[in-house]
Amino acid sequence: MLGRMEGDYDVVVVGGGPAGLAAAIGARDAGAARVLVVDREDEAGGILLQCIHAGFGLHYFQEELTGPEYAERFVARALDRDIDVVCSAYVSGAGLDSDGTRRVRVMREGHGIRTARSRAMVLAMGCRERTRGAVHIPGTRPAGVLTAGLAQRFVNVMGLLPGRRVAILGSGDIGLIMARRLTLEGCEVVGVFELMPFSNGLTRNVVQCLRDFGIPLHLSTTVVEIHGRDRVEKITVAPVGADLAPDLARRWQVPCDTLLLSIGLVPENELSQALGVELDVVTQGPRVSSTLETSLPGVFACGNVLHVHDLCDYVTEEALLAGRFAGELAGGVKRPRDNIRVVPGDNVRYCVPHTLAPGREHTVYLRCQRPLRPAAIRVGDLVRRKLGFVTPAEMITFRIKPDVLDRFHGEARRIDLLGEPAGAHLAGAEP
Amino acid sequence: MSERYDVVVIGGGVVGAAIARELSRFRLRIALLERQAEVGFGTSKTNSGIIHPGHDTSPATLKGRLVVRGNALYDRLAAELHFGFRRIGQLNVALEPADLEVLQRLKAQGDAKGVPGLELWDRARLRREEPNLSRELWGALHAPSAGVINPYELVFALVESAERNGVALAVDCPVTALAADGDGLAVHTPRGVFRGRFVLNCAGVESDRVAALAGAQTFTITPRKGEEYMLDKRLEGLVRRLVFPVPSPKTKGTLIIPTFDGTIMVGPTAEDVEDRDDVATTARGAAAVFAFVRRLCPSIDPRDAITAFAGLRAVADGNDFVIGPTSVRGFVHVAGIQSPGLTAAPAIAEHVRDLLAAEGLALVAKPDFEPGVRAPARFAHLAPEVQEALAARDPRFARVVCRCELVTEAEIDDAVDHGARTLDGLKFRTRAGMGRCQGGFCTPRAMEILARRLGVPLHAVTKRGGGSWIALPMGAEQEA
Repeated sequence: MLGRMEGDYDVVVVGGGPAGLAAAIGARDAGAARVLVVDREDEAGGILLQCIHAGFGLHYFQEELTGPEYAERFVARALDRDIDVVCSAYVSGAGLDSDGTRRVRVMREGHGIRTARSRAMVLAMGCRERTRGAVHIPGTRPAGVLTAGLAQRFVNVMGLLPGRRVAILGSGDIGLIMARRLTLEGCEVVGVFELMPFSNGLTRNVVQCLRDFGIPLHLSTTVVEIHGRDRVEKITVAPVGADLAPDLARRWQVPCDTLLLSIGLVPENELSQALGVELDVVTQGPRVSSTLETSLPGVFACGNVLHVHDLCDYVTEEALLAGRFAGELAGGVKRPRDNIRVVPGDNVRYCVPHTLAPGREHTVYLRCQRPLRPAAIRVGDLVRRKLGFVTPAEMITFRIKPDVLDRFHGEARRIDLLGEPAGAHLAGAEP
Repeated sequence: MSERYDVVVIGGGVVGAAIARELSRFRLRIALLERQAEVGFGTSKTNSGIIHPGHDTSPATLKGRLVVRGNALYDRLAAELHFGFRRIGQLNVALEPADLEVLQRLKAQGDAKGVPGLELWDRARLRREEPNLSRELWGALHAPSAGVINPYELVFALVESAERNGVALAVDCPVTALAADGDGLAVHTPRGVFRGRFVLNCAGVESDRVAALAGAQTFTITPRKGEEYMLDKRLEGLVRRLVFPVPSPKTKGTLIIPTFDGTIMVGPTAEDVEDRDDVATTARGAAAVFAFVRRLCPSIDPRDAITAFAGLRAVADGNDFVIGPTSVRGFVHVAGIQSPGLTAAPAIAEHVRDLLAAEGLALVAKPDFEPGVRAPARFAHLAPEVQEALAARDPRFARVVCRCELVTEAEIDDAVDHGARTLDGLKFRTRAGMGRCQGGFCTPRAMEILARRLGVPLHAVTKRGGGSWIALPMGAEQEA
């Protein structure tokens, strides 16, 4: 029920975005009778609520939905299942008691501060955008330098424009989406500047948001100075070499009043860290088992707090699983512990989950370090499968059948992404 | 508007604020004028925040004399005004064997000036006390009276205290002209004419221009830029004390600063610049800062920088403070207040008070002078039971505006009540927007509260006043 928070719970979910809502539904469907979702915004749905563009749900619903539509479906499903959802509620602390009870401390306008107890907890706090500090742009500190997500909120929720003449640093998906959005609102988007030699956003966004609108994408180029005292007046950009160092001799200036940053996302794990959850230094999210359980028993994680996804549909898929395992644990289901460690190998930046168990099907999410076309994925000497192409912007979803691991005895398996000889047959899973 | 005052203070930085507050102890009519949207937004905000012990400045200079007294005044000031202040101690370290002699000389100078507790440390002691510093260092001079503060909090609190004791504050109030007016001066501004028997020139990097307006320009300011780099919280605890090299004639050097809030800051550079608006950080500055501090502490890496800023020191020719009456009757310079100006500020205020008395200003103490201001509410720092009681009493304490620093709506409201008019004003008063997301999440909420409280549309909210607009209204119909 919306707004209800009373008594003890089987599962408490921190975060009411796509991950949290799907986790709650997964838990409920796995038999958890009492499920609570705590969300800090005034309405559940997370960042989807400001993503008014279409393109959500193509995988999960086989339909093209806007962000708010996608969120609305999940909120409705959660409420239909009599899941408690509280909004404008901030989890200011969490803990584990020695008897296995999990506690969250909830600050909520009009209700003061209260503690909710549960048998299992799901972390679904999402991620935040990297800021100017993460990329060290010299220059002044005027108004008009903001993350693409904040600009999206200005335009889509608050009815404000971030500026008139906009440059974008980084080619993350939100930046690409905002290039199109601002153009439609009558702003001039003067260009997208990307440090790497490849885009950091989905190919479909490069095509539909930049190419279709004639917005230039400058690869291997970065912003080397911001000018303007009170407000951005211009930026200096320069091409970078193979070492990513700018070639200042070839720099040029771009007049603009706004610089949007779309330079990556970071999982929001402050609560996880306060709890004592062990994090992966690469994903900056928790290390999880094949049931998406963190290093703390009964505490699960899913969605962008675990690792940054590029499609909401994959968040949903992962979160339904995390919720299911949390619900089962709350119901007393026991399962054998994982005994296989997954090791990221050649051209693999990370793999999630971090361990696997024989006897079950697994979905492993991974990202590569550099683009390869065509490519193949290899799991030790067990599996080798061709992939169309891989690029760091697009997460790879890889399913491992139960029988594959049943044949395996040992403690660790390495996953490699290999280049296929040119002209090799393009087959297997498109990432 | 035309008002008559005993004293008009031009400049709402730490110097003007400290003087206005000191003079507010007496039966005087005082105005404090600030050209920017809020006080402390110039040099004070970008200060390193160090309360210097004073052993490194010669007693032959005015700044060298005022610094030790200023340092000593900080305990009482912090108790009255509740800004963040902690005496964490300072080390001047010897990078070369020859520096050891300099340290001995500094110790002798400091001892003679009455700097408390100076102690020379050998290499073994230094390694034991600060194990993360370079193992190549030869020794150090320890000055336990050195402290760190949040300088903007000091300015806000000084001004609040001054206002509470009757000082009239005017912001967005640059001086456009100064003219003789009876037995005093008339200060012309876009916000009216302020007539004062005494007019104090505390205009920082602009003080020579203000002096010229009065026809009393006896010095020139050369802004000396300092770039500072804030490091990731991960490095908290890397050093426990301020770490300085031995000073050069121009600068105290590039330092490692464990700030009051615990994060490590490195800097500043010292570069004379022409442009008085030049607060740009540079790739060259970053390279110089990190190259140097890595000699002090090799594990500091440029990749740890999370934010950077630059400020301008107001350096007068002669390289000392310029404090005193001028040929223009009633016009008094309090200028050239470069380092250690923040430390010296409370002593400068006393010095100027005595100087004005000598010039004929009658100082009659007010029996109802209230030295204290209320500490700003800091929800994040309270015990859980206290937080619960507050949230139960006032729902605004249960509404989180800035999730990274756990700042509640009640604190934002409180900051507006105490003079915040811009997003930066909110940020420096409450820390909203200072955390990991750098305002990515809290900016909309902060803008909404500010717009509501100031009674302006959202697009009228600015980052720091002037032309620092944040967003434009969408669609022409909202322009009206």
